[in-house]
Amino acid sequence: MSSLWLPILMAVPVLGAVVVALLPKGSDTLAKQATLAVSLVVLALTLVMAFQFPSASGDRFKFAAAYDWIPSFGVHFGVGVDGIALVLIALSAVLVPIVVLASWHDADGVRTADGTLITPKRSVKTYFSLLLVLEAMMIGVFAATDIFLFYVFFEAMLIPMYFMIGSYGGAQRSYAAVKFLLYSLFGGLLMLVAVIGLYVVAGKGTFMFPELVGVIQDPATQKWLFAGFFIAFAIKAPLWPVHTWLPDAAAQAPAGAAVLLVGVLDKVGTFGMLRFCLELFPEAAKAFTTPIVVLAVISIIYGAIVAIGQTDMKRLIAYTSISHFGFIVMGVFAMSQISQAGAALYMVNHGFATGALFLAAGFLIARRGSPHIADYGGVQKVAPLLAGFFLVAGLAGLSLPGLSSFVSEFMVMVGTYSSTAAGAGALSAAAVVSALGVILAAVYILWMVQRAMNGPTAEPVKAFKDLNVREIVVLAPLVALIIGFGFYPKPLLDVINPAVTQTLVNANVDNPDIAEKGAGQ
Amino acid sequence: MNGVIQAPTIEYGTLAPMLLVFGAAVIGVLVEAFAPRYLRRAIHVPLTLLSLLGAFALVLIQVVKGDVPTTASAMGAVAVDGPALFIWGVILVLSFVCVLMINDEGHFVASAAAVPGSAEEEEAESAGSEHTEVYPLVLFAVGGMLLFPASHDLLTMFVALEVMSLPLYLLCGLARRRRLLSQEASMKYFLLGAFSSAFFLYGTAMIYGFAGTVSLPGINRALGTGALLDPLLLIGFAMLGVGLLFKIGAAPFQAWKPDVYQGAPTPITALMASGTLVAAVGALLRVFWVGLGNLDWNWRPIMWAVAALTMIVGAILAITQTDIKRMLAYSSIAHAGFLLIGVMATFDVSEQNSGSLSAILFYLLVYSLTTVGAFAVVTMVRDPGGEAGHLSRWAGLGKRSPLLAGIFAFFLLAFAGIPLTSGFFGKYAVFAAALASGSEAGDSLGGWMTGLVVVGVIASAIAAFFYVRVIVLMFFSEPAADGPTIAVPSTGTVAVIAVSLLITVGVGLFPQPMLDLANQAASGLFIR
Repeated sequence: MSSLWLPILMAVPVLGAVVVALLPKGSDTLAKQATLAVSLVVLALTLVMAFQFPSASGDRFKFAAAYDWIPSFGVHFGVGVDGIALVLIALSAVLVPIVVLASWHDADGVRTADGTLITPKRSVKTYFSLLLVLEAMMIGVFAATDIFLFYVFFEAMLIPMYFMIGSYGGAQRSYAAVKFLLYSLFGGLLMLVAVIGLYVVAGKGTFMFPELVGVIQDPATQKWLFAGFFIAFAIKAPLWPVHTWLPDAAAQAPAGAAVLLVGVLDKVGTFGMLRFCLELFPEAAKAFTTPIVVLAVISIIYGAIVAIGQTDMKRLIAYTSISHFGFIVMGVFAMSQISQAGAALYMVNHGFATGALFLAAGFLIARRGSPHIADYGGVQKVAPLLAGFFLVAGLAGLSLPGLSSFVSEFMVMVGTYSSTAAGAGALSAAAVVSALGVILAAVYILWMVQRAMNGPTAEPVKAFKDLNVREIVVLAPLVALIIGFGFYPKPLLDVINPAVTQTLVNANVDNPDIAEKGAGQ
Repeated sequence: MNGVIQAPTIEYGTLAPMLLVFGAAVIGVLVEAFAPRYLRRAIHVPLTLLSLLGAFALVLIQVVKGDVPTTASAMGAVAVDGPALFIWGVILVLSFVCVLMINDEGHFVASAAAVPGSAEEEEAESAGSEHTEVYPLVLFAVGGMLLFPASHDLLTMFVALEVMSLPLYLLCGLARRRRLLSQEASMKYFLLGAFSSAFFLYGTAMIYGFAGTVSLPGINRALGTGALLDPLLLIGFAMLGVGLLFKIGAAPFQAWKPDVYQGAPTPITALMASGTLVAAVGALLRVFWVGLGNLDWNWRPIMWAVAALTMIVGAILAITQTDIKRMLAYSSIAHAGFLLIGVMATFDVSEQNSGSLSAILFYLLVYSLTTVGAFAVVTMVRDPGGEAGHLSRWAGLGKRSPLLAGIFAFFLLAFAGIPLTSGFFGKYAVFAAALASGSEAGDSLGGWMTGLVVVGVIASAIAAFFYVRVIVLMFFSEPAADGPTIAVPSTGTVAVIAVSLLITVGVGLFPQPMLDLANQAASGLFIR
C-alpha cells in the first residue's frame, strides 16, 4: 500500500523549479511570485499531511511508498515519515516561503540606503529555481527510507546550495562555496563507503532502512560503518573540530540561503545520527558515546566563546549554531527518551530561532551594507520594529524561558543528566558543563544586541527605515512560532515522542520512561 | 596434413562489424587515391558514418538474435564474447560521435608537411586542400580498437595494438592551430608508444618461451601446470603489463597523456580519451583474466599499487594544471585508476565475477560518453588563435553563455561523481564491486580491497576540488573583457553534446536499463 503524498510533495517544487527556470527573460517578478506560490502550495500540502499524521496508517513510517528504482543495486525510491522526519519536513516547508519573501530583492542587486551596491544584479529566476530544487531535496532527504536514496539526496542537495552561495553570496563567496562543498563532499564519500559496506555486509540485497535495522551484529564491523556515517554527519552538523566551513559559508551566503543552510541542511547531520547511526549500529553508538559527548560539549563551549569574539554578525550567528548543535548531538547520544525528544525538538526550534535571527540580521545588513557589528549602534531609536524582532530572535537563541528553544534545551540537559545509558557518569558531567554554554549564550547575544541596537545612534544608521510590510510578514510568523511553541510544545512533542521511543527500541536501550508509563497504564 | 594446407575457417558473420569497419577504411584509402579532391569529403563523410552505423547495427543484430558465440572465432585468434560485443557497441557509438566532431570545419591542418605559418601552408589552406585522409585513418584506428579487446592471442593483440595506434600517432600531429604543440605531441606519442609496443612484444616473446603458445587460454593452461616462479613468465607478464598499462595511461606510465591530449586536435583527443581507453581496458581485462588467471596472487598486489598510484597521481597533478585539455587528461588518468579498482575487483577467488565485470563495463560506457561531451564543449570555446585552452580564459563563461557553461558544469559534476549524474552510478558500481569482492571468504586481499576503495574515495575528493574549481571560474568569476568567443556549433557538435548530455542525465536518473545491458553482456563472461 503506497501513499502518493510524499512523491507529490517532492514533485511540486521540482516542477515549479522547471517552470521558473523556463520563464522568458525579464519576467523576474513573475518568477518570484511563481516561486512563492509553489512554496505556499508545498506548505499547505505539508500542513494537511501533518494534521492527518496521527490518524494515518503505518507502524512507524506513515505515508510510506516504495518503488523499485535500481533493482540491480537493490535501490528503491522508498519514502515515508516518522514523527521526527515529519516535523523537519514541516520546518523546511515553513521556512522556504519565508525565505522566498525575505530574498525578494537579493538577486536584484541590493543597494543600501545611501545607494552603495552590496550585491550586483544576478539572474533572479536561477536563484529561485535553485531554491525550489533545494526544497524538493530537503523534503526528500528527510523522507527517504531507503539509505541509498538518502545518500543521493544528502549529496545532491549540496549542488543547489553551492550555486546559491557561490553565485549570490558576499565578497568571499567562491572560497566559502568551495570550502562548503569540499568538506561536505569528503564526508559524503566516506559515508558512501560505509553505505556500500552496509549493503555488502548485511547481504540483504536491499537498502530499505527498516530491513537493515539490527542486521549488523559484529561489533567491529558496526564500529567501522558507524565511523563512516558519523564523520559525514559530524561534518554536516557541524561538530567541533570539523566545523570551520560553516562560519564561512553562512557569512558569505545570502541571508535566505544561510537560513536554509543552518536551519535545515545542517539538521540532516543530527537527523542522520539519530536515525542511522543509532538504529543501525547501536553497539558502536554506545561504545563511542563518551568521546562523542565530549566533542559535543567542546562544540557547545567553543562555539559560544568564539561567538563572543566575532565582529561579523552572520559569523557570530553561525558560531552560536555550532554551540546549539553541540546540545543537539549531546541529546542524541545521551540516549534517553527525554534527551532525544529534546534534541529532535531542538532541531525544529533552532530552525525557527536561528532563521529569524539570520533574517533580521540580513535586513539590518541590507540597510547598511556591512555585516560588522561595530558599524551599527542605536538602531532601536530609528527602527524599533527591526530592533524588537532582532531582540526576540536573539532571546530565542539564548533560550529564554517562554521561547521555544528553552523547552528543548532544558529537555536535553535534564535528559542527559538523568540518563541511565552507558557512561551515565560522564553524561551527567557533560550536562553540568554544558550549562556553562547557556550562560555564555546570554553574553554573546545580549552583547551583540547591545552594541548594534542600543547606545548612541551611529551616523549612517540615522537614515534607516523601519521594517516594511514584506519584512514584517517574513519575521512575524517565525516569532509567533517561537513564542507559540515556547508555551505549548505539546503538538510537536506528541509526534516526536513515539518516533524517539522507536529509535531507542531499535538502539537496544532500556527506556525507564516508557517502562514506567507502561506500568501506569 | 599430408602437405595440404587447410584453409582456416573464418566466422564471417561473427566478425562482420569489424570487417565492415576495416573494409570501409580500405575503400576510404581508394577514395583518397582516385576521387577528385572536391569530391573526397562528400564521399568520406557518409562512407565513414554509414560504416560505423552499419557495424553498430551488426553488433545489435548479433546481440538481439542472441547468438553470442561461446568459442573463439577465426581459429582461436578472436573472441567475440558478451563483454567484447558490449565494448564494440560502446566504441562504435563513441567513434560515430567523434567523427561528427571531426567533420566540423577547421580542426585539421591543410598541409601537415608545411612549416607552420609558411607560404606553403597558406597556399594549401587557401586551396581548401584539408587532409581528408583523416577519415580512413580514423576508421583504421577504430578497427584496431575493435580488434584489441577481442584478441584471443597475444600476437593478434599486438597487431591490433599497432593498427589502433599508428593512425592515432599521425592524427595527433594534424592540428590546424598550435601546430608545434601538435607535432610535438605526435612525436612524443609515437616514440613512447613505440617503446611500450616493444615492451608488449618482448613480453609476448618471453611468455611464449614459458608457455610455448601465444594463445591466452593456452598460457592459462600452462600456468596451471608449470612453475609459477619461472623468470621468463615473471619478466614476460611484467612487460606485457607495461605495454597495456601504458595504453590506459596508468601511473607510472601516464606521462604521455597530458602532452598528447593537449596537442592533438580536440576531436582526436576525444576519440583517444574515450575509444582507446575503452579498448585498452577491455584488452587489459582479457589478458589478466583469461591469460593470467592462475597467476592472480602475483599480479594483484602490483595492480593494487598501480591503481592507487594512478588515482592519486591523476587527482593531485590535475590540481596544478592551467590548461583545460591537460586537466581533462589528468582527470582521465584518475579515472583510469578507478577503472583499475574494477579490474582488481573482477578477479574473484577462483571464478570470474560477472557482477564486477558488469560494473566496469557500465563505468566505461558512462565515463567515455561524458568525456566525449566535455571535449565537444572544449571545441566550442574559442580564442582568435584557436581553442581557448588556458583555464583563465574560461572565467565568467557562465555569464556569457549560461547554457554551454551549465552543460559543461554538469559534465564536470558527473566526472566528480555527484549523485543524479551517470558518473555517480559508475563510481558506485565499481566501489561496490570492489567491496563485495573483498568481502568474499577466502580472499587474501579482502582488507586490501577496502583499503583501495578508501584510496579511491580520497582521490575522488581531491579530484572534486579541481572539477569544482572550473565551475568556480565559469560561474563565480567576472568575465574577462576580451573573453573567448563561443563558436556557433555545427549540427554535428550539437548532436555530440546532446547525445552525451542525454546519456549523462538519463543514466543519472534511471541507470537500470544500462545496467541491465551491462549485466547481460557480462553474464557470459570472457571466453576462456
